[in-house]
Amino acid sequence: MVELLAGPLAYLVFFLVIALYYALITLGLNLQWGFTGLFNVGVAGFVLVGAYSSAILTTPDDPGRIGGFGLPVPLGMAGAMLSAGLFALLVGIPALRLRHDYLAITTFGIAVTLQLVALNLQVLTGGPFGMNFVPRPLYDELGGQGGWNLAYLLFVAALVLLVWRGLARLTASPWGRVLRAIREDEAAAAAIGKHVFRFRLEAFVLGAMVMGLAGAVYAHFIGFIAPEDFLPILTFQVWAMLIVGGAGDHRGAIAGAVLVWAIWTGSGMLLDLFVPPEGKAQAAALQVAGIGVALCLVLLFRPTGLLGRRG
Amino acid sequence: MILQQLADGLVLGSIIALGAIGLTLTYAILRFANFAHGEFVTFGAYLALLALGQFQVLSTTTFGPLSFGWPLLASLAAAILATAGLALLLDRLLFARLGRAGVAIAVVMGSFGAALALRNLLFFAFGGEPQYYSRAIQIALPLLPRSVLGGVRATPDQLAVLGVTALLVIAMHLFLSRATLGRAMRAVAHNPQLATVTGIDVAAVVRWTWIIGAGLAAVAGVFAGLTVQIRPTMGLDLLLPLFAAVILGGIGSPFGAVLGGLIVGIAESLAVPLVGAEYRAAVAFLLLILILLVRPTGLFGERG
Amino acid sequence: MSLLQVDRLVAGYEPGLPIVRGASIRVAPGEIVAVLGPNGAGKSTLIKAIAGLVLVESGEVRFGGQDLRQLPAHRLVRAGLAFVPQTENVFANLTIQENLELAGFFLGRRRCQERVRAMFELFPDLARQRALPAGRLSGGQRQMLAVARALLVEPGMIMLDEPSAGLSPRLVAEVFAKLAEVRAEGTTILMVEQNVKAALALADRAYVLAEGREHLSGSAAELASHGDLASLFLGGANR
Ligand SMILES: Nc1ncnc2c1ncn2[C@@H]1O[C@H](COP(=O)(O)OP(=O)(O)O)[C@@H](O)[C@H]1O
Ligand SMILES: [Mg+2]
Repeated sequence: MVELLAGPLAYLVFFLVIALYYALITLGLNLQWGFTGLFNVGVAGFVLVGAYSSAILTTPDDPGRIGGFGLPVPLGMAGAMLSAGLFALLVGIPALRLRHDYLAITTFGIAVTLQLVALNLQVLTGGPFGMNFVPRPLYDELGGQGGWNLAYLLFVAALVLLVWRGLARLTASPWGRVLRAIREDEAAAAAIGKHVFRFRLEAFVLGAMVMGLAGAVYAHFIGFIAPEDFLPILTFQVWAMLIVGGAGDHRGAIAGAVLVWAIWTGSGMLLDLFVPPEGKAQAAALQVAGIGVALCLVLLFRPTGLLGRRG
Repeated sequence: MILQQLADGLVLGSIIALGAIGLTLTYAILRFANFAHGEFVTFGAYLALLALGQFQVLSTTTFGPLSFGWPLLASLAAAILATAGLALLLDRLLFARLGRAGVAIAVVMGSFGAALALRNLLFFAFGGEPQYYSRAIQIALPLLPRSVLGGVRATPDQLAVLGVTALLVIAMHLFLSRATLGRAMRAVAHNPQLATVTGIDVAAVVRWTWIIGAGLAAVAGVFAGLTVQIRPTMGLDLLLPLFAAVILGGIGSPFGAVLGGLIVGIAESLAVPLVGAEYRAAVAFLLLILILLVRPTGLFGERG
Repeated sequence: MSLLQVDRLVAGYEPGLPIVRGASIRVAPGEIVAVLGPNGAGKSTLIKAIAGLVLVESGEVRFGGQDLRQLPAHRLVRAGLAFVPQTENVFANLTIQENLELAGFFLGRRRCQERVRAMFELFPDLARQRALPAGRLSGGQRQMLAVARALLVEPGMIMLDEPSAGLSPRLVAEVFAKLAEVRAEGTTILMVEQNVKAALALADRAYVLAEGREHLSGSAAELASHGDLASLFLGGANR
């Protein structure tokens, strides 16, 4: 058992936890974009808020910064969702009454701003060095590295299942039908007396809360977070996942996340094999550029997604 | 101190203003928020750097106290043309096709993807190290003595940037109010179908909009390279201030974009002693949220 | 010989969903022809299809022998066919003078200035407010500016979509009087109208459009006394 959890299998477990972390974020974005048509370009910002909130709430006291407060991890996760939701209100209230692209601009802005805060507000976030000692609950009890990773995978899988089922119920409910009505024809939805702004805000905040939860999941898995974990590239990866999976389909969102993450890590490994260490940073840039081009190609030729069945 | 910050803000603001004019025009005429506009700024700066390598042999003398001479001007011209070409190519390959599909937000998303690809291509080609057009150290000239509110100092390059920006803004104003093409651009921004009925070739106006917008962005990039430095993320870092300037001034109003750019630049500069230089970009964000709450059509906006 | 000849035109906003379904219309030089019909009959779509602004699936549109389907929409006005849309028919962000000068940009500077002066003579109200942004004009003045914009290029024919929409009876009379003047100068007119009485008083001939096709046609006098007309407008053919 212990040997099996080393080597390739251990890597698979690690890979899957990260893939499911992305799946959670993608589910959040799917609620915003796939079901409500809200264009969030600041996904990384909401994940960042979640990760940092949970880390600040749960890490042991650190004389170098405010907190940590040493609270239990579930409280940290709740705090992560709450604070991501609050930031969603901050941009949602001014932007959601206006044309779609205003939301794109403001969410882009909040991600940039939060990245700056994480990087520079050292007394709260630890600055460029990030935050260490984010608790990994029951680490020793579950047999350290290998066993714990597997247990965490089960936990994240359960969480994804829970969020997926929860969102599926919500989107199938009358509330979800109103969202789709707004998405298809805003004027018509308004005409039948639906408070378009409120429904949009609810969906936006809820989606952001799921992203915040994902951030906390990440923080407690790695045990260490830094601003560079939440760069704009994260937003982009998640968009690629949603588009590949097919917006408006919860299962597609999860599948898209796993698939794109597999392609991403696979191509990263190939680069590792074939590119000398000194060229690595530039090769990574080429990888990102490739994803940018790929996204444009999907938009052009398969606008309903690669796996999606809607059309 | 305060005067010095105002002066620094003015220089930064004029770079933002040049970028914002193009962004507001493409926003109004093509009807989408172009997240790749920042990359036009970056491309302009790097293309001029490339061209400078070729033109350096022309002459080694500089214009008086400035850090540059004819070679950089020739490179600027080349960068404007090449950046305009890039914008036209992008429109042809991506934006026009996505626009035809009829989903407005698909174009925004496409511009987001294009920005990522362009930025990382530059990083791949040039690496992440900052670069400069000239290594020569410029002495800042005292414009006002220290006794007057801390005084003002500026390098000759900064003054040149201010002067050329002022000229370009005046030229743009005359162009949009007097020239047929400028008026046609305003007409298309207001109502493309009516413009067609009036005999205006909307596709041609769209092409000119890209050329002018990307050309001005290239100028902004060269100016940013001249007064700060050239980096692959320079356009990304400018994007938020650019959007803030455009929305502050009112989408579609070039005059508003200039004023918005100056306001954002000065606000960022004034905020430095209060919150530290690190948070500059956050100032643009706060301005953006503020204007959306108070007056979403901007200071000079015609439509929301 | 017709100046405008539309045959079995099928056109709409989405492929496979035609709004105009096989309409045929003829306008002879110097005529005023009205297209009438209930709301939603497809009148605006028909006139926009002639102007090249909506998708034409089949049929023929000829103007002075030229095949308009081969001509890009923005070349029409240079070919002598001007169009005044139903709504949003002036550039609200441009001044009156700029609106007119822009309309004549392809005439050359000199000729354009001449024509702008001529329009100001024809519409003295506009001349007095030439520096005002068109967005600040009243409904009647906007309509006048829109007509002036179309006439500025001295077209052989102008098409108007509901020139009376939203105007008071006094202003309708004023606009229609101007149109009579315009025709007297030799300009052919095709207009879409819901104001049946005013339109039939001005027009020589009329077509009644229903469900995307011409349902009735004849001289204005014939149609004015036709019994079916009233029932048509009361919703018989209007689904
Ligand atoms: N831009 C448009 N896109 C799709 N359908 C349209 C559009 N404009 C009008 N329609 C539809 O075309 C039909 C005819 O409209 P229209 O030609 O404006 O009628 P009319 O001018 O006779 O009142 C209506 O059913 C209307 O809903
Ligand atoms: Mg109509």
